[in-house]
Amino acid sequence: MSRDRASRRLPVIITLIVGLMLTIMPLPEAAAAFRPDWLALLLIFWAIQLPRTWSVGSAWIVGIVLDVSYGTLLGQHALALSVIVFATVRFHLLMRVFPLSQLGATIFALLALYQFILFWVNGVAGVTAPSIAYWAPVITGTIVWPFLYIFLSGVRYRARSGA
Amino acid sequence: MVASRGNNSNPARIPGLGFRVLVLILISILLMYFDHRDNHLDGIRRAVGAAVYPVRIVVDAPVRFWEWLGESTTSRNELELELGRLKAERLLTNARLQRLTALEAENARLRGLLDARTRVRDEVRVAQIMAVDANPYEHNLVIDIGSRDGVYDGQAIVDANGVVGQVIETGIMTAQAVLISDADHALPVEVNRNGLRTIAVGTGEIDRLDLPFLPNNADIRVGDVLVTSGLGGAFPSGYPVAVVNRVTRIPQEPFADVSATPAAALDQVREVMLIWSAPSVTEEAPDE
Repeated sequence: MSRDRASRRLPVIITLIVGLMLTIMPLPEAAAAFRPDWLALLLIFWAIQLPRTWSVGSAWIVGIVLDVSYGTLLGQHALALSVIVFATVRFHLLMRVFPLSQLGATIFALLALYQFILFWVNGVAGVTAPSIAYWAPVITGTIVWPFLYIFLSGVRYRARSGA
Repeated sequence: MVASRGNNSNPARIPGLGFRVLVLILISILLMYFDHRDNHLDGIRRAVGAAVYPVRIVVDAPVRFWEWLGESTTSRNELELELGRLKAERLLTNARLQRLTALEAENARLRGLLDARTRVRDEVRVAQIMAVDANPYEHNLVIDIGSRDGVYDGQAIVDANGVVGQVIETGIMTAQAVLISDADHALPVEVNRNGLRTIAVGTGEIDRLDLPFLPNNADIRVGDVLVTSGLGGAFPSGYPVAVVNRVTRIPQEPFADVSATPAAALDQVREVMLIWSAPSVTEEAPDE
């Protein structure tokens, strides 16, 4: 049973590590602002699919790691990620049966909420307000979501049939 | 997409979810509060940073490999050309250095006459910038040495042409630094030509600094070189920071609109120097 559980967790952990790499990978100045929030998208996907294993706790830990690698206030990303993953887990059954367009709109809303929480904490802490480009990851995130969804479904299917 | 497998398919609610998320939100807020008020959480940061270190190495590896590949496949011809160029450059630098030694001796003598303490030379050490891009809204960089090598928070970083930034967070084997172009960074400078002191503030654009606190009648022109004044205590004095590239004086406004181009190639550097400055002179000099 425990081996079964470990083998099910491993693929998810690997996708999260790859997500972290994509997050801190250097991009040209112009493209960096449009980088999607890979970890938020990944956590949303796994929270829809496996909400009992990948829920708010893991989101919080990933958030702390993000805070450290971004050098932001400790707890800022942790707070934002746990909130959106909470919403995802709460409605995961609904989100599983959503048609793609509706799911896309939900993802958009979740990412916007995520950025808003970060924005809000920045405001309270007195960090300089960024430009309008701050909201770009919400749009790019929604655009890459379908591809990520297809890819991760493949990962999930393969991991299960392999185990 | 309707999954119907294993223990996940149970349509019942996940028990205790709301409670867990509330606890986590509370912990986050507490963490942010303490992190914002004073930095008691450096230990946590350091521990998590050490855990992230391998990921940084892996992200950095392809770039390193690419550079190594480029270096090891350059032709003999090119290498010889470069060698020639470097030799010529070394000759020039050496010549300049001779003059500098003479000047330094003269400076020490004059300072002796003025009864001021002599400036001690700063210690430097070269660090590599890791190809790790953190936050796109802040101008940060990560270098490959940390507290193990004696790096400390607030330490000044320069490159061959001028000031790059300062360390804001020291991990064990890496350190994070903020560039002088970051919108939250300000740096005490003086005009090299006449010693006019002011503050250079980052703008969030990599190739521009602003000098917002210069009155309209200040003696500043395009082309003036700004150097660190050493007054803030973080940077040793005398390192070039930027060159003034625009001075606009609007009669009604109290302050002139002045901007400058950083001397260091902030977006191109790959190697930087960290400065261990000698105990500062500025603190003790005045009261004698």
